[in-house]
Amino acid sequence: MQNDSIQKTIFVAVALCLVCSLFVSLAAVSLHDIQKENKRLDKVKNILIAGGLYDPSVDIQSVYENKVVPLLIKLDTGQILNSEEYPNGIDVDTYDIKKMAADPTFGHPVDSDRDIANIRNRPKYIFVYKVMEDDKLQRIILPIYGYGLWSTLYGFVSLGSDLQSIQGITFYEHGETPGLGGEVDNARWKGLWPGKQAYDDAGDVAISVIKGQVNPKSAKAKYQVDGLSGATITTRGLDSMLKYWLGNEGYGRFLDTLKQGGARG
Amino acid sequence: MAEVIEREEQAPEVPSSPSLTAKEAKSLLFTPVFDDNPIGRQVLGVCSALAVTTKLETSIVMSMAVIFVMALSNISVSLIRNHIPSSVRIIVQMTIIAALVIIADEAIQAFAYNISKQLSIFVGLIITNCIIMGRAEGFAMKNPPTHSLLDGLGNGFGYSTILIVVGFFRELLGSGKLLGVDVLPLITEGGWYMPNGLMLLSPSAFFLIGFFIWVVRAWKPEQVEED
Repeated sequence: MQNDSIQKTIFVAVALCLVCSLFVSLAAVSLHDIQKENKRLDKVKNILIAGGLYDPSVDIQSVYENKVVPLLIKLDTGQILNSEEYPNGIDVDTYDIKKMAADPTFGHPVDSDRDIANIRNRPKYIFVYKVMEDDKLQRIILPIYGYGLWSTLYGFVSLGSDLQSIQGITFYEHGETPGLGGEVDNARWKGLWPGKQAYDDAGDVAISVIKGQVNPKSAKAKYQVDGLSGATITTRGLDSMLKYWLGNEGYGRFLDTLKQGGARG
Repeated sequence: MAEVIEREEQAPEVPSSPSLTAKEAKSLLFTPVFDDNPIGRQVLGVCSALAVTTKLETSIVMSMAVIFVMALSNISVSLIRNHIPSSVRIIVQMTIIAALVIIADEAIQAFAYNISKQLSIFVGLIITNCIIMGRAEGFAMKNPPTHSLLDGLGNGFGYSTILIVVGFFRELLGSGKLLGVDVLPLITEGGWYMPNGLMLLSPSAFFLIGFFIWVVRAWKPEQVEED
């Protein structure tokens, strides 16, 4: 057969596609379980970091199982669902905020005038995590996300047992500029958060991420965190994100539920 | 790509016989590192060299992925080179490269999950890396598999050299770190080093690649083009 004949051309094209697709499918199928496990462990690790439980030397899986209790809540009402009330299709191990927010059944668009964190869609149901020690609530870990400069940042913020004071913040996925907005991963910056107050005496969201450095003498210092230098827009995004998620649009109602129904929490 | 082919035809060291001497092997492997560097001399594949070099770690993983894809795509193209109809040869090369890139991407996601999050789309974009297409079309289509393998590895090393040099300086000067370990203590953390923010943005890679080309040409003046 001539190399340039139509038959040979079609034969080469078909054979090549078959061989290549065989290799690609082999790689995708054989590595799929490892990838899924990586994703799950990464999430567990970030939950532990936000909860102040992470230590590279311990087995994260066993710490997670012993101390962390996931709770499914309905965002709009703040209602906590028992595991038998979970809607079909929601499972703690496979729950993915991004997929849920975009899903027509489990997510819904956010009105643009309320959407201060620029999230566009949000899930109807979301998992929050309680950190328990001797049956007492130590911390509550809340997933947060919002738009920065280049990307949506996904992370967790944790509140202490008073449901007022911030204990930690961490981001597990973002595409901000390394060294500028990417400094959300900087341990020193994250270290500024513990002890800051999320709400003022009237119960309104007071926490803000400001441009520049916090004046420690200011009366508002306990509600303020330094912005990231050189990253004004990421800083603004972080500020809006916290105000959105800690406010009434976000977890406000759930935190009220938790405060009132202490027995169930 | 036309330029690559032309250069290939002029280059005297391209072997034509199927047997391979040690000298030829050495030349295939190491000529692309400094003498005919794909980025420095042929100015190909610059896009990814700008994107993934903010940190040394991502540079290294990206280099490994490119070496893997380039070596295997060169071998595969070379093995079937006598059966590729010339009307579809570019698509045949692309298909092979794309399949290898997906395999590399899947493997990185499975075995280096944290790095895969940082490299994000850039592993997938290896498909469009002009160096790989250039070597497949310009070299592997005309040369036997062993030569092509060495040529693929050599060009992969050439690409990696630049990526690692650029990644080294960008991470060191931009964040005061190497492979995530503090080297120059930053002012913000109580040290003395004021990081250079420009190093974290893509244009700095242009300057660094420019410096690299300058240093190599000062060292090997025969690379300087005549006006």
